[in-house]
Amino acid sequence: MPGYSDPGFDTLALHAGASPDPATGARAVPIHLTTSFVFESSDHAASLFNLERAGHVYSRISNPTNAVLEQRVSALEGGIGAIATASGQAALHLAIATLMGAGAHIVASTALYGGSQNLLHYTLRRFGIDTTFVKPDDMDGWRAAVRPNTKLFFGETVGNPGLDVLDIEAVASIAHDAGAPLLVDSTLTTPWLIQPFDHGADLICHSATKFLSGHGTVIGGVVVDGGSFDWEKSGKFAELTEAYDGFHNMVFSEESTVGAFLLRARREGLRDFGACMSPHTAWLILQGVETLGLRMARHMSNTEKVVAFLAGHPFVSRVGHPLLESHPSHALARKLLPRGAGSVFSFDLKGSRAQGKAFVEGLKVFSHLANVGDCRSLVIHPASTTHFRMTDDALANAGITQGTIRLSIGLEDPDDLIDDLKRALKAAERTAQVPNAA
Amino acid sequence: MLLDVNSHATYCYTGGKPFNAEQPTVVLIHGVLNDHSVWILQTRFLAHHGWNVLAVDLPGHGKSAGEAPASVEAAASFITALLDAAGLVRVALVGHSWGSLIALQVAGGQPDRVSHLVMVGTAFPMKVLPALLDMSLNQPFKAIDLVNQFSHSMLAPPPSAMGPGTWLYGTARALMRRVLASNPAVNVFHRGFQACDSYTRGLTAMARVSCPVLFVLGQDDQMTPPKAAQALVSAALHGRVLTVRAGHQLMLEAPDAVALGLAAFLEE
Repeated sequence: MPGYSDPGFDTLALHAGASPDPATGARAVPIHLTTSFVFESSDHAASLFNLERAGHVYSRISNPTNAVLEQRVSALEGGIGAIATASGQAALHLAIATLMGAGAHIVASTALYGGSQNLLHYTLRRFGIDTTFVKPDDMDGWRAAVRPNTKLFFGETVGNPGLDVLDIEAVASIAHDAGAPLLVDSTLTTPWLIQPFDHGADLICHSATKFLSGHGTVIGGVVVDGGSFDWEKSGKFAELTEAYDGFHNMVFSEESTVGAFLLRARREGLRDFGACMSPHTAWLILQGVETLGLRMARHMSNTEKVVAFLAGHPFVSRVGHPLLESHPSHALARKLLPRGAGSVFSFDLKGSRAQGKAFVEGLKVFSHLANVGDCRSLVIHPASTTHFRMTDDALANAGITQGTIRLSIGLEDPDDLIDDLKRALKAAERTAQVPNAA
Repeated sequence: MLLDVNSHATYCYTGGKPFNAEQPTVVLIHGVLNDHSVWILQTRFLAHHGWNVLAVDLPGHGKSAGEAPASVEAAASFITALLDAAGLVRVALVGHSWGSLIALQVAGGQPDRVSHLVMVGTAFPMKVLPALLDMSLNQPFKAIDLVNQFSHSMLAPPPSAMGPGTWLYGTARALMRRVLASNPAVNVFHRGFQACDSYTRGLTAMARVSCPVLFVLGQDDQMTPPKAAQALVSAALHGRVLTVRAGHQLMLEAPDAVALGLAAFLEE
């Protein structure tokens, strides 16, 4: 039958959550740089604190500019709502801290961003939250790691550093059998490449610092709820299904059938941990989100060209991108990520640590720094920077060689990127091979 | 809280306050494929402003057991049984969409028992397109998306229920999917639509309603446009209309306007 369809991705990227400002007519989203919001009356104040009326009280808890970003990312992900945070790490922490405390257990992928791995492996253990790490494609491993106190499964859509694609549907199924939700970090893919809720994920987190912002200007994060996980049915989440005396004795799952997680995350997590996003940051990220579709398409087309160039270069021994049939996730990526598996990937030079350094120093267009997801192309040589203290064996265990280079492909003219890589590869080849030289 | 109604556990959300028999009571009735949580802000507001609130999950919906009602009349009988189970002699009734017809049927059947009647997002007759009725049975997820699209009027509601950062399209879709899944025995989507479509006693019931009636209508409602409520508005002896800038999900898109409008009306 005829009918309206849901708005498309690019329409939502521009309009979801924002209309012209009713006070001024401003078309762009205003930046509400204010700590607090005036109450109309004492009763209005009480109603806001009691969650009887919707509105803003204090910008640590909510802010109109942040709310636009939260709605917009939710819309793009197909979620029910979101919370913007001070960083991607803060988003991950907020999700975990809302769902569990000491004595709980997480099952996580081994293929994680280093910051996430640190949080789970070291920091959260100090607070009594234990994590078992499982290779992302080891379904028996995910299943075997479940304990009675397991309250969360966690992985990245495409894992760091090898771009192992997470079989979200399979892992979600194991998680749900264990009565636990699946949280997916979709930073490197963004909703333009994959919408993890459609595949069974329950929660999504992003480092908005990367592609959502897209311009390398601000640090921010966001956690999105798909509204699909039944906390009551699971029976493991007293945090959401029993009266909480820390907030009006509210039973969050009675208050909102689908939004219990977000209610507690905002009312407790932002209130008490306080890792909120600045409205100015939210505005800058919104500028990025508005062109996310356009930018991601260019990121992907540039990546295809660069991957093809590197794969055919004699001084390159391996290119780790699922575009290539040689990649272990090639088939899964074609199924889950038909638009591409991201523009951040690594490749190996046939050379030493010194040649890796020479390659990086030979680049003129690529910027040598520790970030990804910028509109500008970026490069880093892990063996001489982020992982320089590691032994050869430890590097090998992490899937990193002396000549491993990580690229984040930006939006420049692709021919210029390829020329830059050609020049740097030549420089690396000319550098005498000195095994293991730093 | 849980009440035993017709030997089935029936869930009623009380707005964050315990039930207090000394206070006047308002009963809120949700629409097709919804549950108590569509009233999240109105229930808390009323509960903190002197009212007992019972936002019910209809039988076979959400947290309530029992056979999902197949007609407005069956649902009205359930509401009457709910009032009996809670020991309530006289209440204010608020209903949204299908729930508004249920409230009307109760108020028409037992006029002395209802102090106020509020019909939110209503129409009579509440006919459902045959193609949509069929889709709700055979392709319920597609029908959910279609109804969801028709039920919202804007991509950018002002601070809405549950609060800042909520994406209403997503919330409403997730709730409909959850309520559909809550009853594996019966497609409550199709059954609810059928109940709306087949209800013929609206004007008869309204003629018997003796209490004040408030119609809360969304000016941009595509499911139950304001003009579709005119027959009921004209038939109400003590009726008035509050028009809100919202679509069919006006409790969620314009929670303040609905809550304040309800409170002002109920205080009379």
